[in-house]
Amino acid sequence: MDLDALMLSRIQFGFTISFHIIFPAITIGLASYLAVLEACWLRTSNTVYRDLYHFWVKVFAVNFGMGVVSGVVMAYQFGTNWSHFSDFAGSITGPLLAYEVLTAFFLEAGFLGVMLFGWKRVGPGLHFFSTVMVALGTLISATWILASNSWMHTPQGYEIINNQVVPVDWLAVIFNPSFPYRLVHMTLAAYLATALMVAASAGWHLLRGNDNPAVRKMLSMAMWMLLLVAPLQAVVGDFHGLNTLKHQPAKISAIEGHWENKPGEAVPLTLIGWPDMEQERTRFAVDIPHLGSLILTHSWNGQFQGLKEFAPEDRPNSTVVFWTFRIMVGLGLLMITLGLWGAWARWRGVLYRQRGLHRFALAMGASGLVALLAGWYTTEIGRQPWIIHGLMRTADAVTPHSAAEVGLALVLFIVVYFILFGAGIVYILRLIRTGPQSHEPQEGGPGEPRTPARPISAADEHKGPSNDTARG
Amino acid sequence: MGIDLALLWAVIILFGILMYVIMDGFDLGIGILFPFMPDAGDRDVMMNTVAPVWDGNETWLVLGGAGLLAAFPLAYAVILHAFMLPLIFMLLGLIFRGVAFEFRFKAEPHKRHWWDKAFIFGSFCATFFQGVVLGAYMDGLTVVDRSYVGGVLDWITPFSIFTGLGLLVAYALLGCTWLIFKTEGLLYDRMRSLARPLTLVLLAIIVVISIWTPLAHQAIADRWFSFPNLIWFAPVPVLVALAAYYLLRFLEQKPHAGPFLLTLVLIFLGYSGLGISIWPNIIPPDISIWEASGPPQSQGFALVGALLIVPFILMYTAWSYYVFRGKVRHGEGYH
Ligand code: HDD
Ligand code: HEM
Ligand code: HEM
Repeated sequence: MDLDALMLSRIQFGFTISFHIIFPAITIGLASYLAVLEACWLRTSNTVYRDLYHFWVKVFAVNFGMGVVSGVVMAYQFGTNWSHFSDFAGSITGPLLAYEVLTAFFLEAGFLGVMLFGWKRVGPGLHFFSTVMVALGTLISATWILASNSWMHTPQGYEIINNQVVPVDWLAVIFNPSFPYRLVHMTLAAYLATALMVAASAGWHLLRGNDNPAVRKMLSMAMWMLLLVAPLQAVVGDFHGLNTLKHQPAKISAIEGHWENKPGEAVPLTLIGWPDMEQERTRFAVDIPHLGSLILTHSWNGQFQGLKEFAPEDRPNSTVVFWTFRIMVGLGLLMITLGLWGAWARWRGVLYRQRGLHRFALAMGASGLVALLAGWYTTEIGRQPWIIHGLMRTADAVTPHSAAEVGLALVLFIVVYFILFGAGIVYILRLIRTGPQSHEPQEGGPGEPRTPARPISAADEHKGPSNDTARG
Repeated sequence: MGIDLALLWAVIILFGILMYVIMDGFDLGIGILFPFMPDAGDRDVMMNTVAPVWDGNETWLVLGGAGLLAAFPLAYAVILHAFMLPLIFMLLGLIFRGVAFEFRFKAEPHKRHWWDKAFIFGSFCATFFQGVVLGAYMDGLTVVDRSYVGGVLDWITPFSIFTGLGLLVAYALLGCTWLIFKTEGLLYDRMRSLARPLTLVLLAIIVVISIWTPLAHQAIADRWFSFPNLIWFAPVPVLVALAAYYLLRFLEQKPHAGPFLLTLVLIFLGYSGLGISIWPNIIPPDISIWEASGPPQSQGFALVGALLIVPFILMYTAWSYYVFRGKVRHGEGYH
């Protein structure tokens, strides 16, 4: 593997999107969570909900800022690094991205200011409306970008004219075969990742004896979410895999480390092993007979294509996707376990006292994001060597830069991302450590538009002395 | 063909970029003015005037990029290929600037100055490279067979460096007059006295660019000085002079929104001057919007959305500005 412009561009894209996707995932989850919290506050007037809202909205603000700036980079990278792809398929990905900007990014941005800083500037109804619009915006955003991404996995509804993709049926383009599965799976992943973060925060505070109604409410809500959504995610994932088997069989063979079929014999499930691309076999395999057939064909002896049935230049890297997939599924199973344990503890009435459970929740805090990244690596690396499955190879998509040029950009991205987003993540952890505070609105109050503009970091923690140095 | 889709899209993209220049212009301008206002309290107020709206302002940039990709994929591919480095510098600048909004108030007080520096650096960097890309774009791109074939550093020319510096001044003036509009007291006075020299420098820059552009670009000169065009052009310098005159007059009284609005007029005039110089090419010097067009199926599909949704966007954006109307004061409690 040599570091030419192609390889460097792939690394750069993978690096920047891996950072980017972390923030939107939390944004999607937290926005919906905040909308629920505010709805509960408005309905019940229970101040616990309001305090939780004010607590998480600070985390949300920091996270959102990072999501936006890392996202703007993504929107330009298609051209800077994948210009042939843009020229070839911009007719499809462009309009989808344009719709995302029009229907989602503006909606989020337009109502974000009021959501973060308008608590005392507009009435409670309008403020709630703003929160809901932001949450809706994040979901609309996911819908468009996943339509675009899914089309690259399972393209349809187009013709090739003059060596360019021309859309002929937009509904077919958007509702391409893998889109519904990917949308549901990704949205649930975002919810899970957020719930795990919330649960870990609650666990951390409870372990330190910081037991109060807000912390308890956090834990309880997150545990319900896990109990319901983690198993659902596994079911959706199963359907997603069946869909992939139909449309991208090479990806499934690579995920399973499945090289060839013997006549009439069932396919085992390889639990662990080391798929070796050179030797064309999976070394150190630990197999469970028939289970592969059962999961993927839902029959006892069913067969599906092995990697050897694909030309070597058309095979994705099985070693990588085999493992990323197992990381994702393994963590998924642990999430289900956590959800069940929480339910059991709740039933026994010890949800807020069982230290083992709290430790487990704390340990699982980042697992949602890890599983989410592992899932994306599986999907994206499993699509290789295609950038648009069956239509355009990644090698033909790249901008013809020199390696030095892309290398410089990549190094800059790495340095800046680690420093800035690293600092952001530290700030988020610090906010979480502070924990929910009982928050009484000082002067003003909802519905008093005459109160002066506030400000203006939503995540202000330090009432630093500088704020008081008001001069003339 | 009934509707000229390419034409409509060119107008939408031009509108989007203009919105971006105006709106993110005053945000970035505030970062450029930060070094003039060392007091932490003043800086808080300055940032607070834009904190609720900067994200929306930046979204117009994303719309410009997405619109270009949707309607003119060839132009998107070629321009972003040619200007990869300056664009990445701009994006990195925007990252520094964007995170500073939240991080600044998160940091321990004695570390806050780091994020002030990030804010300043990011604003300068983003603005300068935007200007450089603008100048390099006017200089034109070498395209063979749908692919950019010029050099890696072709974007560095005396003209592009000058437009980079020019844009710094333009955004600084936008930020300055915005603060006149949104603040009071000492900060207001400082900005009012700063606005005058900034206006004069900006005028000088406009004059230099107006002379330099046709001198350096034969095609643009031909276009400017051929007959019917000359008449179209004539009002631009007159309007620039008028706007500048009133702007300076305003500054002698106790102005509020006036200087900001007149700066918008100045920027708009400068922008339209550049637009007229290139029209109808989208990849200067010689690829027109029609040659770079994507398929009509794409342009038409996206157009429906743009025409239906942009009015709503403008409405709720205006509402959000309305919610945060009025002067931002010193030391107003943070929660
Ligand atoms: C709309 C398009 C799109 C979207 C939403 C995503 N990707 Fe992707 N991804 C691509 C479009 C793409 C691509 C442009 O098609 C790449 C670039 C180079 C390549 O091989 O495919 C790619 C490559 C790529 C690679 C490198 C694979 C390789 O080169 O072997 C990684 C690790 C990811 N992506 C990860 C992600 C993650 C974590 C995403 C979560 C947001 C994601 N992708 C969303
Ligand atoms: C390669 C593909 C992607 C591109 C080009 C891209 C582009 C962008 C851009 C430009 C922004 C900033 C918008 C603003 O100014 O507000 C953004 C934010 C966002 N993106 Fe992405 N994105 C990509 C992948 C994804 C994926 C896969 C998802 C979700 C499934 C996603 C969800 C979001 C969300 C929810 C936001 C707004 C919230 C936030 O900023 O955290 N994006 N993206
Ligand atoms: C527990 C059982 C799970 C199964 C059976 C499963 C199944 C799958 C499959 C088959 C894919 C690949 C789709 C393709 O071929 O393109 C995938 C992708 C993905 N998975 Fe999972 N998954 C599970 C759990 C999880 C969990 C817990 C998360 C995150 C919290 C997650 C997040 C993702 C993401 C983000 C992707 C990439 C986007 C997509 O293609 O949908 N998965 N999953």
